[in-house]
Amino acid sequence: MSGVHDMGGRPNDDPIDQAEQTLMDWERRIHALVGVLREKRIMNTDELRRGIEAVPAREYESLSYYERWSASVELLLIEKGLLSPEEIDERAMALEERWG
Amino acid sequence: MNSIEPRFRPGDRVTVREARLDTHHRTPSYVKGKRGRVDVLCGMFPNPESGAYSMTGLPRRTLYRVEFDQTELWGDRYTGPRIDRLIIDIFEHWLEPG
Repeated sequence: MSGVHDMGGRPNDDPIDQAEQTLMDWERRIHALVGVLREKRIMNTDELRRGIEAVPAREYESLSYYERWSASVELLLIEKGLLSPEEIDERAMALEERWG
Repeated sequence: MNSIEPRFRPGDRVTVREARLDTHHRTPSYVKGKRGRVDVLCGMFPNPESGAYSMTGLPRRTLYRVEFDQTELWGDRYTGPRIDRLIIDIFEHWLEPG
């Protein structure tokens, strides 16, 4: 069995959503952040893909496109020692308190 | 300057290796073990299989655009025109002659 991301050709009757997608601000920011991290040679496209593929199957299915990017960037920045899980959790909690 | 000669030329028949690999690679399972034809020699590119693990992806590997008949990939499940083909980029180390 190949990974959850390797889904080409798997039988699926779900219709394809062809509606125009509107990007939210945080999604643009994630894309821009990846651009900066690439430019600074902190990560590359192959690592981004590897991080996306590392998301556990059940979570992978429930995450949106840019949520997967976000999960991958978090994994890579921790792996490279640039951020710690504690720092990320602390910051997320502070933002939650501020925004409610 | 690149001294590595490409192993295949456009028009050559090739079969994709069936290797199972849990690490990052760009060869989707639906082409593994399938027969196709080399369409275009794309050139030499960093290898994503090592590039995905903080390395440079060097040495570069030869990349081809390979075409497959849709019926080769999907058999009877493919109900579109018989002449339909799928074209996909595949690195040389995934290809065998024939």
